[in-house]
Amino acid sequence: MPELIITKNLDVPGIDSLAVYQQYGGYTALAKALREYQPDALVEMMKVSGLRGRGGAGFPTGLKWSFLAKNNMPRYLCCNSDESEPGTCKDRVLMERMPHRLLEGVIITSYACHVQTAFIYVRGELTRAAEQVEKAVDEAYAAGLLGSNILGSDFSLDVIVHRGAGAYICGEESALMESLEGRRGYPRLKPPFPAVVGLYGGPTVINNCETLATVPAIVAGGAEWYASFGTEKSKGTRIFCLSGQVKNPGNYELPLGVPMRTLIYDEAYGGGILGDRELKAVIPGGSSTFILGADKIDTPLDYESIAAAGSMLGSGGVIVISDETCIVGAIARMSEFYRDESCGKCTPCREGTFWMTEILERLEHGHGEMRDIDLLLDICDNVSGKSFCPLGDAATSCITSGIRLFREEFEYHVTHGHCLTGPGSKQQAHETVQAVGSR
Amino acid sequence: MISEQAKQRMRDLASRYPVARSAVMPSLHIAQLEEGYITAEGLQAVAEAINLTIDDVESIATFYTMYYQRPQGKKIIHVCTSISCYLRNCDALVEHLEQRLQIKRGETTPDGNYSLKTAECIAACSSAPALQVNGEFYEHMTNERADALIDALDQELGIERRV
Ligand SMILES: Cc1cc2nc3c(=O)[nH]c(=O)nc-3n(C[C@H](O)[C@H](O)[C@H](O)COP(=O)(O)O)c2cc1C
Ligand code: SF4
Repeated sequence: MPELIITKNLDVPGIDSLAVYQQYGGYTALAKALREYQPDALVEMMKVSGLRGRGGAGFPTGLKWSFLAKNNMPRYLCCNSDESEPGTCKDRVLMERMPHRLLEGVIITSYACHVQTAFIYVRGELTRAAEQVEKAVDEAYAAGLLGSNILGSDFSLDVIVHRGAGAYICGEESALMESLEGRRGYPRLKPPFPAVVGLYGGPTVINNCETLATVPAIVAGGAEWYASFGTEKSKGTRIFCLSGQVKNPGNYELPLGVPMRTLIYDEAYGGGILGDRELKAVIPGGSSTFILGADKIDTPLDYESIAAAGSMLGSGGVIVISDETCIVGAIARMSEFYRDESCGKCTPCREGTFWMTEILERLEHGHGEMRDIDLLLDICDNVSGKSFCPLGDAATSCITSGIRLFREEFEYHVTHGHCLTGPGSKQQAHETVQAVGSR
Repeated sequence: MISEQAKQRMRDLASRYPVARSAVMPSLHIAQLEEGYITAEGLQAVAEAINLTIDDVESIATFYTMYYQRPQGKKIIHVCTSISCYLRNCDALVEHLEQRLQIKRGETTPDGNYSLKTAECIAACSSAPALQVNGEFYEHMTNERADALIDALDQELGIERRV
């Protein structure tokens, strides 16, 4: 079993409480940071550690912190706990089970970035996660870990837990700030970037929940120790959320660079494909990333290798699709998500996601025509790179990669009016009426 | 009705944030907790507590799907239908619940006890298929587990027998 960093002690009973968290060494990293390091030294430490953002884009964390504009405006930290990318279920677990690790990361990061007010933006649907983080914040205030002069230092910090209310787009950093400011969650034009003009106009750091929860371990163990995990360019460990048609789905923390095959087939992790079927495809980083074919199974799960294979590590949501599943139905389902979650601010995405879904659904139900397949690609071309924010691009990933890999399945839907494979195909249709892909 | 305590909590929130306007979302949550959905009175209370116009508050309330525009069942069931749950046959789960509750997705039972909704990915992908009842998670669902859940909820709601 490889060494655990972010999920270490996650299963200890009562670790969600301050007392037990401290028994297991909690908040010693904060004490060390305040006692032994100047803020700039911590920024440097993050750079050396190689930590990269776990929210989606994989931006180097230390570098992000160093970009904060030096002006007289108050600075802010936003913890992005809006977790809603299909296939991603790690931040919820961290918040529910070990909220103090996140909070310790928030406090250290605030100190490193000269922030005096930090926000933890928790997705609205995650009621228990929000309650757990709120409880941790209350405990921390009572113990002098938040508020004025933390642990006797001259550093003071206020933390506000803010609950979302159902909008995927609020996970996009500028929309998150709009939402925090009490408006509709429409993305902002960039530049200026949040590090320059962010929340309430102040320089703002925004990091994912898992990213921030990794910070205490790096302070405690040292940047070199953390950088000893993973690969040359993708350092450390991360939580892979394994889901879909695999025997043992689950959250598995592994060093970056672990082969996809290990995660999916090793008995300690995925344990192989559900029902001992054949692997058909993998979506390696949440539904916004490009689909990879089964031939990519030996790709190491690190930022560079997955990019070279034609996709992205994204949010760490590894979605496994077996040969039992009709790809057209699966893609139609993913497309519905983007149609429903498009904020409507810009035309290519608002209209494009609607039409892409319409066309996919008519193909899925056997009413499509051959030219619909190229029409889909044409629409994708008009949405990707032409939308106001990355959600538009994201909506096209599964469609373009899906058609490239499995065009014959789309064509089969046109010529035969039903699925080529899976429960929706002719042979099995009468047996499993309610199963996946048959609708 | 929005209670005086609720209004006070909204005002407290308005002074807790660096800018009062930021309190609009938590205040809407409070209003909804009081009345079950966002009523005209709820909008007004939020507007007054934060010093915004009612139209302004309404435009925010209508952007976010968790603020309900009409009354909901006592138990709101959200079944995730995004890709990871789809690959684990959530559609059959939704159909099963539709039959059991005798309503379609998006509807509320005539007795006002249950609302059945489909939801976008609820961050339970590794324990699919999953659903939430009033925000609480139920994971690794099967039709049997769904029946047991509804039985337990029926009992809690004092429903004798469902035909
Ligand atoms: C449509 C969209 C949704 C996003 N949702 C999330 C999310 O739920 N959680 C998250 O951490 N980042 C999300 N991101 C990425 C954030 O914009 C941002 O890059 C990230 O929070 C930065 O943190 P990191 O550097 O620690 O990864 C989303 C981005 C887009 C475009
Ligand atoms: S790309 Fe989509 S989500 Fe982003 S601003 Fe445009 S409409 Fe909104």
